[in-house]
Amino acid sequence: MDSAGDIGVIGLAASLVLVVVAFAISLRLRLRLERELVVSVTRGLVQLLIVGAALAIVIDPDTPLVWSWVWVVGIVVFAAATVKRRAPAVPGLFWIGLLANAVTGVVGFAVAFGLGIFPVQGRTIVPIAGMLIGNSMKSAIVVSERLVEALSEQRAEVEARLALGQPWVGASRPILRSVMRTALSPQIENTKALGIVFLPGAMTGLILAGVDPLDAVLVQLALMYLILGGVATTTAVTALGAVRRLFTSDHRLVALPRSTRHTG
Amino acid sequence: MCAGEPLFAFEAVSVGPPEARRLAGLDAQLPGGGLTVVAGPSGSGKSTLLRLCNRLDVPSEGRVRHRGEDIAQRDPLRLRREVAMVFQRPVTFAGTVLDNLREADPGCDEARGAELLERAGLPATFLARDAGELSGGEAQRACLARALATDPHVMLMDEPTSALDAKATAVLERLASQLVRDGTPVVWVSHSEAQMRRLADFVLLLDGGRVDREGSAQEVLGVG
Repeated sequence: MDSAGDIGVIGLAASLVLVVVAFAISLRLRLRLERELVVSVTRGLVQLLIVGAALAIVIDPDTPLVWSWVWVVGIVVFAAATVKRRAPAVPGLFWIGLLANAVTGVVGFAVAFGLGIFPVQGRTIVPIAGMLIGNSMKSAIVVSERLVEALSEQRAEVEARLALGQPWVGASRPILRSVMRTALSPQIENTKALGIVFLPGAMTGLILAGVDPLDAVLVQLALMYLILGGVATTTAVTALGAVRRLFTSDHRLVALPRSTRHTG
Repeated sequence: MCAGEPLFAFEAVSVGPPEARRLAGLDAQLPGGGLTVVAGPSGSGKSTLLRLCNRLDVPSEGRVRHRGEDIAQRDPLRLRREVAMVFQRPVTFAGTVLDNLREADPGCDEARGAELLERAGLPATFLARDAGELSGGEAQRACLARALATDPHVMLMDEPTSALDAKATAVLERLASQLVRDGTPVVWVSHSEAQMRRLADFVLLLDGGRVDREGSAQEVLGVG
C-alpha cells in the first residue's frame, strides 16, 4: 500500500524523533519530565499495539459481530468507572455513568446504524463507540466534578433556597444550568472551530490512509454530530442523576468536600 | 397543633458522628412565644440547633418537636415555609429585590413586595434595585423580607448581625422585636452578651453541644 496510512516500523521509529526533542527540552530546562515521558510513550505504545492486535481480530469480517458489541460494553463500563473515580463525592456515580454512557451508546448507534449512516460492521461499531463514549466520558467527568465543586462553594445559596421551601430541583437549578453549560461548551466550540483551527482525528486518519478528502469530511461531519449529541445526552443524564444523589429525600444538601478538583 | 406547646422541644438530640458530636444528647424546650436567644461559645452547637428547627440538619439521635409534633413526620418543604430562616451572611439571588421575593412567593406583585419590604424596614423603591448591589445591612433586610414572603409562623435568625455595623444591627434588632410584637416568635442565635441582654425574653446557653443554662432573661442574665 502506497498510502500514508502504512507507515511501517521504520516510520513509527522516525516519528519518535519528536519524543526525543521533548525529552531534550525537559532535560535542558530541568522540567524533570523525562521519566514521565518515557513511561507515557512506552505505555501508550504497548496499549495501542495490544488494542490494535485485538481490534484486528474483533473487526475481522469472519469474526462474529457479538465480539464487537462485547468490546463496546467494555468501553461503557470502563468509562463509567473512570467518571466515578474522578468525582468520588457523588454517591452511586458509577451506575449513573453507566446509565449515561449506555443511553448515549444506544441513541448514537440507533442514529448511526438505524438511519444507515454507517454499515453495521466490526470496523464501524468499535471505533464509533470509542469516539462517542470517549468524548462523552470527558463531559461526564467535567459535569460531575464541577457540580460537586459548585454545590460545595455555593452551599449558602442552595440552602437559602431550600430554607424558602424550594425543592432540591429548584434549589439546584441555577447551578445545574451553569455546570451543564460549562460541560457542553468545549464540544460546541470544537464543532464551531472544525476545519479552521484543527482537523479532527478521524478525518486526518482517513486522509492519511489515502481516502478522498471529501469522503473523509463527510465521515467526520457525521461523527462530529453523533459526538455532539452523545456529549449532550451524557452530560444531561449524568448531571441530573448526580444532582439527585447529592440531595437527600427530605431536600437537604449532603456533606461535600471543599474541592474535588483532581490533580493526580 | 397546640398553642400551649413549646415552640421547639429537643429530646435527647445528638448531631454528628459519635467522635465529633455537634450536639450531644441535648434536652431543651423553647417557649411558644417571644424572642429566644440561643448563645454560647464557637462550636457550642448554636447554629446546628437552629438548623434542626427547619430540617436543614437532622438529628443522628433523638427527636425534635415543633408545637408538639415530631418534625421528622412533617413535609420538610411545608415546614420550611412555616419556619423561615435568615442566615448569618445575607445571600441574595441574581436579579432585583422583587425577583428575590418571587423566589419565595412566585405570585408576589409590587404591592405585596412593598408591604414585605416595609416590614423589613426598606422603602418600596428597593423593589427594582439589583439585589447584588445592596449594602450588607440592606441585603440582610431584603433577605428578611424574602423570608417573610412565605408567611412564616416562626423566624429563625442565625447571627444575622455578625457581618453588619452598629446602625444596621440596631435596625435588624428593632425589626425582630417588631415581629415578636406582631405575634411571630423569633429564635435568634448570638454570641454577643450585650445583644442577648437587649433582645432576649428567653435564653438558652449552650456549651459543648449541651445545655449550659436556660430560662427567662431575668433568670439567666439577671435583667429586668
